[in-house]
Amino acid sequence: MPDIMKQVESAETHENVPAFEPGDTIKVHVKVKEGDKERIQVFQGVVISRRGGGSRSMFTVRKISGGVGVERMFPLYSPTIDRIEVERHGRVRRAKLYYLRELRGKAARIEERRKG
Amino acid sequence: MIEGIIGKKVGMTQVFAEDGALVPVTVIQAGPCLVVQKKTTEKDGYNAVQVGLVEKISNRRITGAQRGHFEKAGIAPLRTLAEFAYNGDANVGDRILVDIFKAGDSIDVVGQSKGKGFQGVMKRHNFSGGRATHGSMFHRAPGSIGASAFPSRVMKGMRMGGRMGGDQVTVKNLRVAKIDAENNLIYIRGAVPGGRNGLVIVRLAKSGKRGE
Repeated sequence: MPDIMKQVESAETHENVPAFEPGDTIKVHVKVKEGDKERIQVFQGVVISRRGGGSRSMFTVRKISGGVGVERMFPLYSPTIDRIEVERHGRVRRAKLYYLRELRGKAARIEERRKG
Repeated sequence: MIEGIIGKKVGMTQVFAEDGALVPVTVIQAGPCLVVQKKTTEKDGYNAVQVGLVEKISNRRITGAQRGHFEKAGIAPLRTLAEFAYNGDANVGDRILVDIFKAGDSIDVVGQSKGKGFQGVMKRHNFSGGRATHGSMFHRAPGSIGASAFPSRVMKGMRMGGRMGGDQVTVKNLRVAKIDAENNLIYIRGAVPGGRNGLVIVRLAKSGKRGE
């Protein structure tokens, strides 16, 4: 990649992002606009995918809401994300956890990973 | 203000708009450009300015005619020249920078499309081709190219396979997403013709603003 592109992309990123990996359970605090008001909504779930590099990084969070699986993709450096909290590190053996879509309840649990 | 500039395509990426929307952009490194010649109705039959992209180039590559042309302007020789219709006052040697545009402007981008080599009619002219399976013996061929005894020849301009790409392409009414005057960069919403490092001409849209 030419240096100019690196420069352009680095202008879009920031340091205010914790380290998390697929399998981790995270809370994403999303800014939601309702009319003129802005409030924070929390989306908590398991990270099932991370993709892209630099300012183009995206991640997917999956949760079960009312018995229905809900997945949401976020651009990692999106200005609509207020902050990201890592709740729990999970031990997984894949980079993409799409197999979780086929699993329900007990089978969809992820073992906790102890750091260090 | 002169309404166009010469630049080089740097690449594509995406940037965030203020409301958080992801905007696909092409980054163009444009200018600085210099006015090399002013054309007037009296002398040339039309009003225009000839501008050149400032680049470091070897003097050995310059022909005598080019050397004379640039000496007359008092400018070091430039490789790339372009003309923009222009009626206002501009002087030879004037600099053109990306600040002639601002975010939100409607622009046209002229470039040379990527060469595709020899391509068949399906890719080159969007023919639909035939069925792939079930015993079909007609896959990507062009089909009939004309009648028989009359006219006994193939009509001129019949669409067939051949060299594709490498044409001059103008994309009209693109939007300027952002201007970075410090680094001579223009961020254009969407794609522009050609590959990386391809020369492009960026000018204010001829057909006015879209949707406003």
